[in-house]
Amino acid sequence: MAGDVILKVRDLYRTYDIKGGMFKKASTLTAVKGVSLDVERGSTLAVVGESGCGKSTLARMLTMIDAQTSGLIEIDGLPIDISQTGISKEMRQKVQIVFQNPYGSLNPRQKIGHVLEEPLLLNTDMPSAERRDLALQMLEKVGLQPEHYGRYPHMFSGGQRQRIAIARAIMMKPKLLVLDEPVSALDLSVQAQILNLLADLQEEMGLTYVFISHDLSVVRYIADKVMVMYFGEVVEYGTRDEVFENPQHDYTKTLFAATPRADVDSIRKRLAAKAA
Amino acid sequence: MPLLEIRNLKVEFDTAKGPFKALDGVDYTVDGGEVLAIVGESGSGKSVAMLATMGLLPDTATITADKMEFEGLDLRTLSSRDRRRVIGKDISMIFQEPIASLNPCFTVGFQLGETLKTHMGLKGRQARDRVVEILTSVGIPNPGERLSAFPHQMSGGQCQRVMIAMAIACAPKLLIADEPTTALDVTIQKQILDLLVQLQQDSGMGLIMITHDMGVVAETADRVIVQYKGRKMEEADVLTLFENPKNPYTKALLSALPENATGDRLPTVSDFAEAGGF
Repeated sequence: MAGDVILKVRDLYRTYDIKGGMFKKASTLTAVKGVSLDVERGSTLAVVGESGCGKSTLARMLTMIDAQTSGLIEIDGLPIDISQTGISKEMRQKVQIVFQNPYGSLNPRQKIGHVLEEPLLLNTDMPSAERRDLALQMLEKVGLQPEHYGRYPHMFSGGQRQRIAIARAIMMKPKLLVLDEPVSALDLSVQAQILNLLADLQEEMGLTYVFISHDLSVVRYIADKVMVMYFGEVVEYGTRDEVFENPQHDYTKTLFAATPRADVDSIRKRLAAKAA
Repeated sequence: MPLLEIRNLKVEFDTAKGPFKALDGVDYTVDGGEVLAIVGESGSGKSVAMLATMGLLPDTATITADKMEFEGLDLRTLSSRDRRRVIGKDISMIFQEPIASLNPCFTVGFQLGETLKTHMGLKGRQARDRVVEILTSVGIPNPGERLSAFPHQMSGGQCQRVMIAMAIACAPKLLIADEPTTALDVTIQKQILDLLVQLQQDSGMGLIMITHDMGVVAETADRVIVQYKGRKMEEADVLTLFENPKNPYTKALLSALPENATGDRLPTVSDFAEAGGF
């Protein structure tokens, strides 16, 4: 499906004004500087970088939480600029987001069934029986049981909550799913389950992912294309194999060197260096 | 004689639903100059074991052990007064959240000085010079000026350096690091791990690394204990563990690493639980 671009971003900027104080002049902070990218339908783009590099700001703009200062975002042929045109229901349907912390992203006083039905309630005129059916189907799809429908978030483990957050995001059958560090708060074995779930859903629903992460081993496993950001700029952008096998920018190289290696050869090397 | 020796450690918490067993008969030994990693997922009891050793668990916890000795000193019968002489001086600990572990109301210099005053009796000029010296050794630039900085004025990585400085201020014989780099970026994580290993090698202290990250284990440990649901699954030196894991849970954990993925799906621990019966 080469050439079928679902997300097109050109020269995207986002600046924030920082208020001055008695001793400080007002200034502007550019969080995202001229980002351009293309994501093909059904593929996964991973965005890598450390805290403060602008990757979450990018996610906020793609999901229409925040408006861009300048530049073009086009999702499935639909230009997005919420500061000019506002948000329509049609736009909301195209893109959804899953956040990092499944403990913070679910309302503790809302039952799971209600969590899942809310996007439908707000954006469609579906009758309640139909919404309920869809919610029950979705629970099953993400590996939960129908009896979970009436339970509250505190009754679930972190991994189950992340399943609920994913279920909520795909209730509207979005084209594009932005995943902001979806597995960093989870244990290793739960992380594997969630990554498997995401792979299954991608295949089944033809979803496109923008996967934000700082964990290079996860990125290497899940991504088709990789983008590395540093201080708001894209320093590296290419297919997974290009980036991992032949990193061009110094920052990417530093990042790779800093990632702990859990293979036998590197342990042997470290022990040899220690003994010497 | 090992530096720290614990036999058959059990920890139970009183809860509204009755007693909850957090740790069920686990042995730990650490020698001076050794890096032991305790690895496990949340709920495996890895932190509870070390908090019990430090005497930091709340009153609802019942701790029993056949033996719990630090340099021949029985930690079970120690009065709190005597315990305070050991904790923070000979055994010290650093925690996961560096910014939350420091008191936001005092400068880092003051907080470091407090440790030196309590345990070493250093005051005034002497204490200040020593604080500058320690901050230099953990790689804080401009230590003389940073003394008067408050925790919120420093980055997460720098706060963790200050925590490490505080922990090693009295030249401890045993340092316990509870997920010291989990809250930090990869590049900063690398610096902090390198620093910890460097300090450990220079001073010959024992180091216990509590972590859930197999990468951190591979980069630092000499010996590894794998825990699951309050029990020890496997104990081996680091190379043996990665090369030839014996226990089905360890195997499951290692194969759930994305970098070890073969084929399309990641094996999960539950796949192994059915086969391995743990």
